[in-house]
Amino acid sequence: MFNPDEVLLLGGMTLVTFLIRYPVLAMSDRITLPPRLLQALNYVPPAVLMAIVVPAVLVTDDGLWLAPTNPRLVGALVALGMGLWKKNLLITILVGMGTFLFWQSFVGG
Amino acid sequence: MTTVSNATPWGEFWAGARQTVPLIFGAIPFGIIFGTLAQSSGLSFAGAMGMSVIVFAGSSQFIALGLLAAGTPMGMIVLTTWVVNLRHLLYAVSLVPYIKHLNQGWKLPLGFWLTDENFMVAIQRYRQGDLSRHKHWFQLGSALAMYTSWQLCTLIGLTVGQTMPNAAGWGLDFAMVATFIGMVVPYLSSRPMVATVVVSGIGAVVARGLPHQLGLMVAAIAGIVTGMLVENHLEQTHV
Repeated sequence: MFNPDEVLLLGGMTLVTFLIRYPVLAMSDRITLPPRLLQALNYVPPAVLMAIVVPAVLVTDDGLWLAPTNPRLVGALVALGMGLWKKNLLITILVGMGTFLFWQSFVGG
Repeated sequence: MTTVSNATPWGEFWAGARQTVPLIFGAIPFGIIFGTLAQSSGLSFAGAMGMSVIVFAGSSQFIALGLLAAGTPMGMIVLTTWVVNLRHLLYAVSLVPYIKHLNQGWKLPLGFWLTDENFMVAIQRYRQGDLSRHKHWFQLGSALAMYTSWQLCTLIGLTVGQTMPNAAGWGLDFAMVATFIGMVVPYLSSRPMVATVVVSGIGAVVARGLPHQLGLMVAAIAGIVTGMLVENHLEQTHV
């Protein structure tokens, strides 16, 4: 089944991940966050999401791909427009994905 | 979004699961591709399944595959996993005001299941103004929906995905990008928030060369600080 190397790898990855996610929650009843930090935390969701999205859209093995032939860029812009217009997450995902696949097959890629 | 202030625990639970459905759509291709790529990257069937079951952190699982395939030493893979998942620390701190009253029997599983998708859905619920005492049930419902579907997708990738030619090359992981864009949109309603996403987005591209994907954290923190500065500036100039 498992080989010993995998057991070590999985154990290590599990441990470091859990030790990020859990300890703050575990101690949360003894933590009082200063108002400044509470204010900053409002910005966490959009900041992290964008820091994941933008490189995933623009960066390739050969560097930045800032051109209308980039299907990820076109799909992302359409998804953004759709989200702002319809304000419906599922529609945003489906239309963004459809645009990406179309562009990849027939235009850029 | 439906807001019921006298919601029952199970009412919250199912609402959390329902609210997570679109995000599951976005994660399905991601999970399947993970399963598909796992064995060619040198992970056994049990190793890949086990990773989804006990690590349960999509992007770091992917990066681990890439590093494994490149023959990276194990310690390096674990270190990279740590850096990639550091953003969850921001999530945990954000949840503090809302979960501090819970006992460890709640905090431990909610911590284990804390992912991008789960956090984004849960924090929206916690920040709604109603006084439901069962919002943590909402988070639990979302977490279990996400966890179950991730395991199923990994399994599908490991079995069916293996038989599809070059399934990983179709670019289906773009679904995650579309999902995250859809989750950003509701935040784009104020100037400080817009400043945040612009700075963190550009910052992530500029800082992408930093080792172990550290650029993500640097960019996110730069975006957060920018949002605060703009917010404070607007307050001062408007008072």
